[in-house]
Amino acid sequence: MNQSRWDALAARQPALFALVLLVLSLVINVILQPNMFARETLNSNMRVFLPIILMAVGQAVVILGGGIDISVGGIVSIVNTVLATRVGLDGSPEKMWGFVFLSLLIGLLAGAINGFFIAFLRLQPIITTYATSFLYAGLGLFILPNPGGGIPGSIAALYRNSTPFSLPLAFYVIAIILLIWLYISSTRYGKFLYAVGGKAEAAYETAVPVNMVRFSTYVISGLMAALSGIAITMLSGSGNADIGGPMTLNSITAVVIGGNALSGGVGGVVGPVMGAITVGIIQNIISFADIDTWWETFVKATIIVVALATPGIVNLFRRRRI
Amino acid sequence: MKRISISPPVAALLLAVTLFLLSGLLPNGFGSNLDVARAQATNIVRLAVFLGVIAAGQTLVIISGSEGIDLSAGSVVTLTAILTYIVVNGANERVLTALLVTLAVGALIGFINGVGITFLRISPFVMTLGMAGVVTGAIIVITHGTVSGKVAPIMTRLIARPLSPDLQIPNAIIIWLIFGILMWLLLERTTFGRNLFAIGVNRVTARLSGVNVTGMNLATYSLAGALAGFGGFLLVGNTGVVHLQLGQPFLFPSIAAVAVGGTLLSGGKGSYWGTMAGAIVLTLITSLLTTMQMPESVRRMVLGATLLILISIYGRQRALRQ
Repeated sequence: MNQSRWDALAARQPALFALVLLVLSLVINVILQPNMFARETLNSNMRVFLPIILMAVGQAVVILGGGIDISVGGIVSIVNTVLATRVGLDGSPEKMWGFVFLSLLIGLLAGAINGFFIAFLRLQPIITTYATSFLYAGLGLFILPNPGGGIPGSIAALYRNSTPFSLPLAFYVIAIILLIWLYISSTRYGKFLYAVGGKAEAAYETAVPVNMVRFSTYVISGLMAALSGIAITMLSGSGNADIGGPMTLNSITAVVIGGNALSGGVGGVVGPVMGAITVGIIQNIISFADIDTWWETFVKATIIVVALATPGIVNLFRRRRI
Repeated sequence: MKRISISPPVAALLLAVTLFLLSGLLPNGFGSNLDVARAQATNIVRLAVFLGVIAAGQTLVIISGSEGIDLSAGSVVTLTAILTYIVVNGANERVLTALLVTLAVGALIGFINGVGITFLRISPFVMTLGMAGVVTGAIIVITHGTVSGKVAPIMTRLIARPLSPDLQIPNAIIIWLIFGILMWLLLERTTFGRNLFAIGVNRVTARLSGVNVTGMNLATYSLAGALAGFGGFLLVGNTGVVHLQLGQPFLFPSIAAVAVGGTLLSGGKGSYWGTMAGAIVLTLITSLLTTMQMPESVRRMVLGATLLILISIYGRQRALRQ
């Protein structure tokens, strides 16, 4: 009886698993880094996590709608290289904000290209965004062939050191995103999103504009990837065309451990946000655990694969019990 | 009027020939010198061998359907090339051992992919992408950044050079032809091949018709891993040197080569002849861009755009409105 109650709870609250994982990794992190909740440490952690959180939110929306977006890392690379080459270390703040606005347009456009091919030309999401990821990452490398360039130090400091009311800037950004999501998921569009991700044919037959919904998820993902690119550029202060690539898998991992089904229609955005923080904390733990440098990549990658596998393992055991 | 239809492998081959003839018109092309033209053609086919062998495993997993893909192929190639290098260490008598090791290691990695995909329900793209990271980590652990070893003289003799001085075709091409015949036999004349196409079209009907879908999936991914391993072995035998990024550049082209050859990216339809033609086309495109002195960024964008155009032609899925 206890078991079935847990199952029902887990089915209704897919984010519950993410919460358990988050608390668990938090506890380990606190043991390794006792001052973790000090204002400075908290802020320095959260500003590192924010880019992947932003990206994971966009990825979550796409995956909810039954797709996937492999090109998000490429979009980050374009935004990063554009900002680093066009604004420059001695650029004015006005110039910076102008290019931040342009970056958002770039994200929207890149997402619209993905959405056009997938929703209207009916191509497979994975392979399409894999192809555009090459296109976008290549463009990033074209803009900035070698790492360099940068943004004004004052702007970078604004991102790095802002702690209004003693809370990290990232907390406010997350709160705004979650509020927007809360609103969106209560609207008709929110219901459409779950319907398309759950079963597109059924959604189509009940007059849901399936293609428009699909298209919109990629545009949202492109926009979030651009925001992520702006955040990571302000964090690093410099340009590097390879900065986005590794983030893609992290964003998918965040969504998966956030409790969303990769097949679509199940989950939300709260879980993936927690998932993204968990991914960040895990990397924290690895760097604190004093692992031999040569082993770091291996350990990180293995943990990611295990994290991706956890929902599957949990399901495997659940099916056995029944 | 009857619509003229050309099968994709033939179309790809025609495309290759056209591209090759056009490349002769470039300022530094072969012009009207037939000897140079033949030498260049041989060279391109020789380079295509490695992409072709690596894309063989990719062909199998893509035919198996359910969004089958192997993104770990690139890092498996690097790993097995390094293992060959270390195991052989210049001694002719250890070449066979090295070949067996590479096949076994490749198959093991493929098997793990298969387990994750089949039992833990991780999407193939995500699972193999994660595995690519793990293998890259393993490479760093094994090599600590530098590789010491040597290929054996017999490998260069058997792979890079022609059988006899009169025959101006390097052995690699002959190996590839034999390999192609074996792949054709596997796909068209064995139960494995028949079952592979069956699960690619529809897993449910395949299972109901008595195909062991789980076993097939595990076998396909293991075989794909082993074939990538074989690719690594051949590659190091040809180049004679290894580096940590040896295999990665082959990954994206290996998928594109399968798509060029007319294998449906949604599975169930395809051939290895097509992939062979596709490998030649992609090698040709890459070498053309190199001849035209295009930077890495442009090459990436062209590859991405090529794949995007191809899937727009071949990969469209049916509309919801029937």
